[in-house]
Amino acid sequence: MPYPDSLKELIKKVEATRPARVEKKKAGGEFPALNLDERKGVLEQFHPDVKEEGRREIKIGPNKGYRICHEMVDLVEARSRVNPDKVDLSKPDYTTDVLIIGGGGAGTSAALLAQEQGAKVIIATKLRHGDANTMMAEGGIQAATKGWKDSPYYHYLDIMGGGHFTNVPELVSTLSKEAPDVIRWLLSLGCNFSKFEDGTLKTMHGGGTSRKRMHFAADITGAEMMRTVRDEARNRIDDISVIEFSPAVELIMNDKGACAGAVLYNMETAEYLVIKAKSVVMATGGSGRLHVQNFMTTNHYGATADGIVMAYRAGVPLCFLHTIQYHPTGVIFPEQAEGILITEKFRGAGANLVNVDGNQFVFEREPRDVEAACIIRECVNVNKGVPTPTGKFGIWLDSPMLDVMFGEGYVKKEFPGKHILFSRFGIDIGVEPMLIYPTLHYQNGGLEFKDDGSTKIPGFYVAGEVGGGIHGENRLMGNSLLDIMVYGRISGKNAAQYAMNGVVDGELTLDHVRKYHQEIDESGIETDRISPMLLPDYTLEHVKAKQYSAEYEGTLR
Amino acid sequence: MCDTATIEKKVPEVAEELVPIYIMGKKYEVPASLTIMKAMEYAGYQYIRGAGCRGGICGACATVYRKPGDYHIRVGLACQTVVEADMYLTQIPFFPANRAVYKWEDVRGEAEEVFAAYPELFRCLACNACTKVCPMDIPVMDYVAAIKQGNLEKAAELSFDCIQCGLCATRCMAEMAQYHIAQMVRRLVGAKIAVPSPHVDKQVAAIKSGHYDEALKEVMALGTMDPFNQDANKENIDKLKELYNKRQGESHATDESWEPDDKYALLEDAR
Repeated sequence: MPYPDSLKELIKKVEATRPARVEKKKAGGEFPALNLDERKGVLEQFHPDVKEEGRREIKIGPNKGYRICHEMVDLVEARSRVNPDKVDLSKPDYTTDVLIIGGGGAGTSAALLAQEQGAKVIIATKLRHGDANTMMAEGGIQAATKGWKDSPYYHYLDIMGGGHFTNVPELVSTLSKEAPDVIRWLLSLGCNFSKFEDGTLKTMHGGGTSRKRMHFAADITGAEMMRTVRDEARNRIDDISVIEFSPAVELIMNDKGACAGAVLYNMETAEYLVIKAKSVVMATGGSGRLHVQNFMTTNHYGATADGIVMAYRAGVPLCFLHTIQYHPTGVIFPEQAEGILITEKFRGAGANLVNVDGNQFVFEREPRDVEAACIIRECVNVNKGVPTPTGKFGIWLDSPMLDVMFGEGYVKKEFPGKHILFSRFGIDIGVEPMLIYPTLHYQNGGLEFKDDGSTKIPGFYVAGEVGGGIHGENRLMGNSLLDIMVYGRISGKNAAQYAMNGVVDGELTLDHVRKYHQEIDESGIETDRISPMLLPDYTLEHVKAKQYSAEYEGTLR
Repeated sequence: MCDTATIEKKVPEVAEELVPIYIMGKKYEVPASLTIMKAMEYAGYQYIRGAGCRGGICGACATVYRKPGDYHIRVGLACQTVVEADMYLTQIPFFPANRAVYKWEDVRGEAEEVFAAYPELFRCLACNACTKVCPMDIPVMDYVAAIKQGNLEKAAELSFDCIQCGLCATRCMAEMAQYHIAQMVRRLVGAKIAVPSPHVDKQVAAIKSGHYDEALKEVMALGTMDPFNQDANKENIDKLKELYNKRQGESHATDESWEPDDKYALLEDAR
């Protein structure tokens, strides 16, 4: 639905300040950026991560005592979906060299590289192949491909600064060094990054970048990357099989302590299936659908932290899960689009954030956590938020100023996806600004792993958002599409080499699940929760009240 | 069972008008402002198939519907389309489609290769049903025509916003799966037809030769900050912060000719 008259009135205030803001921009002037101390101050006061009542200690497992959000603790302090005594491990339903859990960008690039090593690969995925946050990433992929002004060194510094200098140096170094090769690889597979006529790739800024190194494919960068690698996986159908609507729900180990497969759950037939594999790559992505602190999310329907749960039960430690990334700009109105991501590329291109009076209150290219905290402060503390008809507050993202700066039609041409989305609601974002508020976006932390993709469990590799440490306490824009490709490729390759050369065969077992259950009982946790969650449940109370059998274990409800 | 998230569960707080919709022929009363996806969840459905990104880009939730007394077939993405009173709808979560398997290393980027992989292209009757059914407003018939004319670049451009929901394939008189053909075309254009980007190869070669290793080694040696013991490596972290703060920022207004004054850890002849 179009903006109601109340908002149209307020938009006039944005229009009133726009010419001066555009002039300032054209003259090279910017709203002053915060220094490191000021950043720290606003984060400590207004970022959702700092709310102590939002988290609690984990009582069991390798990270006992670690304080993270309740929603995640609920999942790790829960029982398996399967009774280990009931699963027949002696007759696997599938056997393969490399099992990849998750069919997004990380899993698919891992599959391609594993196949190139000569391995047979199975991708097990919860929804369809390619249904993942990768598909939704809009803004771009960072890589220092322009040696005359940029290099892995500057990329490294930017990543560390964005992550509050807490990142794992080896993971960061590998990420920045492998980045240009990932761009080369994607181009060679036919990914259509935006280019100038002479072939130079177009690049722009993102929050926290010192050089313009964000490569993009219009405003559907992730979708273009995902559909390209997926298409190539489909060409290699003899070696890469995909099992859809069958999420893994538990890892299988062998009696030598190595990872040796997984139990899948066919969501359509409610069967549990056993896959025996020589090595496993965990690429299940993130957890936005946990709706931490009731925030809306930009994430895919399946982003429910399954990989964290399975690997934690098997003994892989967690790191950096005490921070979660809130994307500064999610749609807060119209309600139908609530939570949907508005790419940082708008701010990268120079669109200002302005309050109810039409005034700027923050530099539009602060790192994401700082930007989000400043928006929350403006709404809850300064009280200059824009009231929405749904009783919430938002901030204007002044997209029309881009048309003023770069010519009429710029927004429509450069942001076709978002332009169509809003036009469905009767809003032309080349003419009217967007109403935004921070939204759950990225799981900064995850499973501990090394820069060769390996973990403390032999035969078990990690790639993408499910891993932690690369981004420290905060990820910069454009480094997640990069992360999934860099570590997808590395993990796929190394998992295949392990499968072909180093694997230690042994008897399959789910003993780790039995031990975990025992630990739950001994810790005094009283719960009938089971996990992984698999899918969020949006059933309303009036329906739920009549679903008498919905609580039975083993049903999805 | 798991405690589950609640944020999207909420019924709109203001008392809202309910409208009847018919999900696969069965009547439900739902709030008038909801999208089809949220309306089905309001009615009590829990998605396994037919929901994906919930943001209009993944193509999982293609939906067809009709309204009483109107012969037109209407389409939309369930996550993006607001319900209408009396609509009769079904989702099409899957539709069988022919996808040619080809060896990527062997293709050269010629139209004939697309013709060979998908000879059904030439069965197109130009009925335009594909374009009419596309929820992304892509001129499907036009890109099919461009492919037939050998203009792969035009086809790639016209099909760029395709989310591969498959609705075009459900309506095609020629029984094509247009979106798979367009995917092959876009890949050929991206890798084999578009102008190459030599600056990428130069940078990859420089990295592989170890050109930046010394600079990276120095900065890595400064280590990292333990979030739970922030003073442990303070001296080094202060040095790291100093490097971070003094790194030269490229201004917003630069074009491709810009180069920083500080040439440390850069590459000569990189263009």
